[in-house]
Amino acid sequence: MDGIKYFGKNIAFLGRALPEAVRISPAFRRRLFKALPFIAMLAAWQMAVRFSGWSPQVFPGPVAVAAGMWELMENGTLLGHAVASLFRVTVGFYLAMLAGIPLGILLGRWQPAAQMLNPAIQFLRPISPLAWIPLAMLWFGIGDPPAIFLIFLSSFFPLTVSTASAAAAIKPVYFHVGANFRFSRIEVLTKIVMPAILPDILTALRISVTIAWLVVVAAEMIAVTSGLGFLILDARNGLRMDYVMDGMIVIGVIGMCLDSLMMRLARFESVCWGTLAS
Amino acid sequence: MGHIRIAGVSKGYINRRTVQRSPDTAGCFAGDRIAVLDDIHLEFHDGEMVCILGPSGCGKSTLLRIIAGFEACDRGSVVIDGRTVDGPDREHIFVFQHTALFPWMTVRENVGLGVRHLADRKEQGIRIQEYIEMVELDGFEDRYPHQLSGGMQRRAELARALVVNPETLFLDEPFTGLDFLTHMKMREEVTAMHEFIGKTIVMVTHDIDDALIMGDRIVVMSGRPSHVKLVRKLDFPRPRDFRKSPSLNDLRNEIFLMLGVNYAV
Ligand SMILES: Nc1ncnc2c1ncn2[C@@H]1O[C@H](COP(=O)(O)OP(=O)(O)OP(=O)(O)O)[C@@H](O)[C@H]1O
Ligand SMILES: [Mg+2]
Repeated sequence: MDGIKYFGKNIAFLGRALPEAVRISPAFRRRLFKALPFIAMLAAWQMAVRFSGWSPQVFPGPVAVAAGMWELMENGTLLGHAVASLFRVTVGFYLAMLAGIPLGILLGRWQPAAQMLNPAIQFLRPISPLAWIPLAMLWFGIGDPPAIFLIFLSSFFPLTVSTASAAAAIKPVYFHVGANFRFSRIEVLTKIVMPAILPDILTALRISVTIAWLVVVAAEMIAVTSGLGFLILDARNGLRMDYVMDGMIVIGVIGMCLDSLMMRLARFESVCWGTLAS
Repeated sequence: MGHIRIAGVSKGYINRRTVQRSPDTAGCFAGDRIAVLDDIHLEFHDGEMVCILGPSGCGKSTLLRIIAGFEACDRGSVVIDGRTVDGPDREHIFVFQHTALFPWMTVRENVGLGVRHLADRKEQGIRIQEYIEMVELDGFEDRYPHQLSGGMQRRAELARALVVNPETLFLDEPFTGLDFLTHMKMREEVTAMHEFIGKTIVMVTHDIDDALIMGDRIVVMSGRPSHVKLVRKLDFPRPRDFRKSPSLNDLRNEIFLMLGVNYAV
């Protein structure tokens, strides 16, 4: 009894004596909360390595993978591959946005276009971008273009379809107001259609950037000699499973960053009216 | 300006229901036309405040939309100032029954829509501010509609309509969703504004007292298919009060009876 009491006192004393900065702030606690699953994963990984009995060549542990990561970072290959992948995703994704969003608006706001093109889009949409790999290589050869083409395909359809359904769902009363105030066609587009679909577009972008990031790795395993997908493939051929895992980790981290970037975009006040309203 | 003549307007909607629901569409099958407006003849004079009353679903909004040019009628015509209405117009501003503020624009941007063509930026700003202050939304200029209460949204919408200074103004139940005091105040405000600018205002309302206190002319419509049941010019001096004017009170009881309520409260 005495011991516990004494112990408690000791803790309280510690709490008081600690400087402000060292005490656990709510922000830090939140961060700790988010980090917990990662710590658990790391621990589980280490345990699995320890008790599975597989050789480090087959199943490297966290330490080996960290060492591999350090090597890859030090000689700059990792950065090079990551940049190559990001470049392809960026180009393909921008092309998909440039084509998909206007097409989606057209489909959503103009019945005849929707009636004509919808069946074709619904037919092409379920075909995995990966199924296009042979054709892409045949048409665009080796290098960036086929990979960019595949990424374009992977984000173009989801973007088009979500834009179309968002544009079709705009309340008619807004167009009445536009007509009442004599909006020009351009004004209808910039003052009504685009801001009205913006929240949905951001959601669609968030989803399709994830898909694009999934596809780039697969595309890079076939047509190119750079990028994270190539890194993984190359490491497998060299039987360096630690490098394979490094590639996977970097893919995960970058995917997470892309997602939070999109989330941040959606937080602007003029953009998020849709999620805050009602 | 703002003379409106409605000649023989009829309107029906196509029944898309395959299963009968409401008793008043019994015997009417999918694909049939449901008559909503039946041969409406009305004439409103320059600068009048017209209040349209009628049971819910009788076609008041439909009539108003037709007058403002948002919808075509099946038969008949609407002529405003000698011109047949064939579409929406800047001179005929419509305030919709359900809020139609652009949720992606601030109050200032919404109100500014009507004066966006003014070349003089400064004058534009002054006009916007003037009307925002008129509906007592100063301090809320940079808020988005979802940050305002329902009543404030209605007021912002009124400001957006008024800033245009239109020839005619169409209000579809502009006071719904307002609290009692704001309702009274807006009633006063719209009446005062009407006396000041002298434009024709056509207002749909379900509030008989609104109509009697504000209107220069009231129109009572019947249930569907609706025709005009009563048109009455009100010459009572303002401010009006039922308790002090027996003839106004009699009219009020008469309208209540007409709309199916036996004892006006
Ligand atoms: N676009 C439409 N398609 C089919 N029917 C419609 C349409 N618009 C209105 N109606 C029908 O026309 C009738 C009149 O509608 P309206 O909105 O004009 O009524 P209202 O008098 O304004 O009613 P409230 O007082 O409830 O606003 C209703 O029965 C409605 O079902
Ligand atoms: Mg109505």
